[in-house]
Order: sequence, then structure tokens, then C-alpha cells
Amino acid sequence: MSHKKEFDWFDHDKNRKLLWKLLWGTCALTVIAEAFVHVHPHFSFDGIFGFSALLGFASCSVLIILAKLLGLVLKVREDYYDR
Amino acid sequence: MTASLLFPPAFILILGALLVPLIPGKAKNIYVIALPALAFWMISQLPHGELLSVHFFGHDLSLLRVDKLSKIFGYVFTLNATIVCIYAFYLKDSQQHMSALGYIGGALGVVFSGDLITLYFFWEWMAVCSTFLILARRTPKAYGAGYRYVMLHLFGGLVLLAGIVLHINGTGSIGFDAFTDRTLASYLILAGILVNAAAPPFHAWLSDAYPEATVTGGLILSAYTTKTSVYTLIRGYAGYEILIVVGCVMALYGIIYALLENDMRRILAYSIINQVGFMICGIGIGTAMSLNGAAAHAFCHIIYKSLLWMSAGSVLYMTGKSKCTELGGLYKTMPWTMIFGTIGALAISSVPFTSGYTSKPLIIEAAVNQHLVWPWLILEIASAGVFLHAGIKFPYFVFFNQDRGLRPGEPPHKTMLWAMGIMAFLCIFLGCYPAPLYALLPFEMEPHVPYTLSGVIKQFQLLMLSALAFFVFLKLLKRTDTIAIDTDIIWRKGGRWFYICMDKGLNFVNYAFNELMHKGAATGLGRYFSEGPLNMTLAVLPADEAKREQITRYFRAGISPIGLSVAVAALYLFGFIILTLP
Repeated sequence: MSHKKEFDWFDHDKNRKLLWKLLWGTCALTVIAEAFVHVHPHFSFDGIFGFSALLGFASCSVLIILAKLLGLVLKVREDYYDR
Repeated sequence: MTASLLFPPAFILILGALLVPLIPGKAKNIYVIALPALAFWMISQLPHGELLSVHFFGHDLSLLRVDKLSKIFGYVFTLNATIVCIYAFYLKDSQQHMSALGYIGGALGVVFSGDLITLYFFWEWMAVCSTFLILARRTPKAYGAGYRYVMLHLFGGLVLLAGIVLHINGTGSIGFDAFTDRTLASYLILAGILVNAAAPPFHAWLSDAYPEATVTGGLILSAYTTKTSVYTLIRGYAGYEILIVVGCVMALYGIIYALLENDMRRILAYSIINQVGFMICGIGIGTAMSLNGAAAHAFCHIIYKSLLWMSAGSVLYMTGKSKCTELGGLYKTMPWTMIFGTIGALAISSVPFTSGYTSKPLIIEAAVNQHLVWPWLILEIASAGVFLHAGIKFPYFVFFNQDRGLRPGEPPHKTMLWAMGIMAFLCIFLGCYPAPLYALLPFEMEPHVPYTLSGVIKQFQLLMLSALAFFVFLKLLKRTDTIAIDTDIIWRKGGRWFYICMDKGLNFVNYAFNELMHKGAATGLGRYFSEGPLNMTLAVLPADEAKREQITRYFRAGISPIGLSVAVAALYLFGFIILTLP
């Protein structure tokens, strides 16, 4: 009996580590790339080097932490409305 | 243009829906696909103008007002409907097909209506038809959600009706154009529309009801009610500044709740609120570019959101599960569903070369052009947040994350995969070549160049660093088997609260009144009228003990001798006169 081997690439630690490296690398690359193009800031503050990167990371971190804190109050059991 | 083509596209779907149960087997599904395709073709043939008016109860109703704005929505509604019906090719349930076609027909009716009465009719028609898509799941939860859904929409409809009646009385016109006079009537109509647009606090019907609908029901619902509202707002409320605030709140609200959610379809439901927030903000800004942005974003949103719901629907169809805590590792056996779902997730996140990137920046750029710093910043933050919850969270927790041992395989109906494939193609096509979409935009504006090197780099920065934040804080995002309390608690628990309020409130008043009137005043009065005359008589009538007892008995029994009664009455009268003398 022959089973087709399952595609489980994402399950291996080695590959996960590779993905982490790729993520960090891509992030760094997008920031470095800004040095080679001429950006057109709309307002005064968004001309700071890597502003979009900063905004992306900071706002998402705040959103995640805010959601986590709100979750302490707002999260209830699945059957909350059935009881 | 022949007269036969001046048939409102809405009626093709609504009247066509009536024939669905009569058609047997596979022919039924082909017929269901053909109807919206036919409507699409008819819309493409319609010339601009007010093409069909009907005299009704003293008013000239305009059933077919065609311009660029109604056409772009007409196109995307029918295009989406055709592809959704391809997805639903496996479905044999005539009731679902009928409600879906009726509902989509209602949405087309709103889009092509030139007056407020026709608009109201189709508005309520949509509410009724869409409810059946929720009830069709036939579970107690779906029945509850459907009930709450229709009650809230009827409430919204009543507010809309009140506004329409006031507007017609005030202006004498039933025409549906921009509400330039900001009156109570126009604000009531706005409130009615915002209920359907899922604006807080009346948004929770969406996240409550859509995830309870059937696999195809949720998919169909996700496209029409909110986008019909967006169309109505573009036509009637462009430049109402309050909409900038409403839109920004919606954009952030949707993200926070989508982050809290465990159910994959509920995540997608909240991301609708987030995306509609962008559109409403654009409408509030009110320039040609921002309104075009709202219309373009509605167009692209319908396509990628349908793709996401199709992908989630396939997972639900194959596994019977929709909670992130029960899903994971599906990439192994559902690769196509994963790939298509991920393309939808990238498109919703405005990743360059997907459709979101060619529509959303129109709104953001319009905010910049108007020097709106805060709305711009909030929309940028919301753009990053979309990638967080819909772009990564949905595919990550459903297809990757922890393997739960599920091995469902791709949906057995190839049409489901074909429909997803077409939608995915459209997402990428409109992302790489947006010219056909831009040609449909309703307002004249300077040509928009979506792709500049700096723009693409900035967008990748924003998104990649959002992705980094997601994976850095992954532990905080661990799913729990919970739901999050939203404003629907008001109407879900409202009945119980209403009972408690009435019980504690009104019954308290009842009790206090009983104590005061029945036990207090009535007893006092009774004693006054029975004991008063006796005491007075005894006070003025000197008599021995036996006589006093006899008089007491007479008075208590109400049989006092006539002479005595008259004497007492005279005494009372005398006393009363003395007391009331000035």
C-alpha cells in the first residue's frame, strides 16, 4: 500500500526558522530600500526615514496589546448567551 | 436601444427567482447562474438617464435611473452574483436560491432607484429576503440570529421611513439626490442607512448574523447590504463630515474585534466593518477622488471579500468547523483553498499587485489632498491592522498554525474551486491592471497613478512590519474558545433586562402605591368615616358605660338611631363650617 507523502513543509522547525529569517530580512530590505528612492512626505512627520515601517510595527503592537487588554473584559464563554 | 431592454435588472432576478422551484436538477443551477449574468449584460446595455417611471399613488416613481454611479455598483453586484452562483452550483436548496436572487435583486433595485419610495421598497425587500439566507441553516442559533437580524433591520427601515416621510413633506419631492439641506429628515435617513452600513453601535447585527448563515448564505450576505448602503451614502451624503468620524471609528473597531474573535467567519464579518469604514470615511471627505475611492474600494472589496468567504465556506463545508481553536494545518490537504484564501487575504490588505492596492489608496490620497492629518493617520493604522487580522490571522490560524489532525481534502465540487479561482484572478488582474476599473469610476478626477516606487516601498514597509508585529506578539494572539461581548448584548439580553427593569421599576411603583392608597389612605379614610362620628358623639354625649357600649355597637353596625345620626351630621357640618372660616 503506498501513501502519497504528506506535504508538511511548514511543520518543520528548520523551515520555520528559515521563514523567520526571511521575515526579518524582508523587513530590513523594505526599510533599506527607502534610502534609494525619493519619497514625497505629505505632512511634516511622515518624512522621517522608515516612517511607514515604524507606524506599521508600532500601531500593530498597540492594537494587539489593546485587543488583549480588552479581551480580559470582553471575552466570555461560547455559551454566554445560551445560559 | 429597444424598449424591452428598459426592464429594471432588479426584476429579472426577483421575477426569475419565482421560477427556481419549477426547474429540475442541474438545469436549476445553470438557470440561477444565467440570471445575474443576464442582468450584468443588460446593465452594460443601458444608456444613461431616467429610463422608466411609473405613476403610483400620486407620485412618479423612477425605477431605472442609470448613471456611472449606479452602473459601477450594478456591474459588481451582478458580476459577484454570477460567480457566487457558480460556487453554489452544488446547492439543491431552492429556498436558498430564491432568497439569494430576491436579495440581490433588491440590492439592484436600490442602486437603480431614482426616488426615495422605490428605494425604501427595495430596502425592506432586501431585509426580508436576506433573513431567509440566515434561517436556511436551520439551527437554533441561526433562528435566533435571523430573528435579531430582521428586527434590527426593520428598526433601521422605520428610521429611514420616518426620514423619507419628513423629507417628502418638507420638500414635496420624492427624488433621491444629494441631501444638501441638513435637516432632521436628512439625518434620520442617514441614521437608517448607517444601520445597514453596520456603523457602531448598530453594527453588531452583522457579526451576529452573517457567521450563522449557510455556507453560501454568508458569502452572498457579505456583499450586498453594506455596499448598498455605501452606494446610497455616496449619492446622498457626500461631504457630510460626520461620516469621516464614523468611518474612522468603524475602521479601528473592526480590527480590534476581529483580533478578539475565534470564529473564522466572525473575523471576516468584523473585517467587513473595518473595510466599510474606509469607504464611509471616503464619502465623508467628499471629493471626487475620495468618492471614486469609495466606489472603487466597494468594487474590489466585494470581490476579495467574496473570495475570503468562499475560502472560509469551503473549510466549513469540508470540516463542519469554523473556530480557529479547532482548525489548523489545513494547508496539507486543502492547498487550493489555502492559496485562493491567501490571495483574498493579500488583496484585502492592499498588498501591491492585488486589487486592494489600486482602490484603497484613492481614499487615503484624498485625505492627504484635503490635509486631513488625523483621518489619514487612522486610515494608515487601519491599513496596517487589516493585514494583521484578515491578511495574516485568518489564513494563519485556519490553514497553518497547529495541526489538529484534520484531513478534509478540497471541496468535492469543482465549481467551488473554479469560483474561487475566478475571484482570485480578478483580485490580481485588478491589482496589476486597474484601468478597466478606473474607467468605470463615477466622478471626473485627475488620473491616479497607483504604482510609484516610493509608494510601493512605503506600502511594503507598513505591511511587512505589521506582519513582524503579528509574529512577535503571536503568544498574545493565541486563540481561546470564547466570544467577545459586543453591542448586540443590548438586544440579546435586552428582553431579560427589560423584564428586570419592569419588575423592579414598575412593580415597585405598584407596591408603593398599594401601600399608600390601599393600606394607607383607604384604611385612614375608612377609619375616619366610621370612627370619627362615633368618637365625636361619645365626646359630646354624656352617658353611662352601658349606653356608650350600645352607641358604639350601633355606629359600628351602621344602624344608629335617626335622631342621633342627624345630630352627629349637624355637628359635623357645624365643625366643618368653623374649620373653613377664614
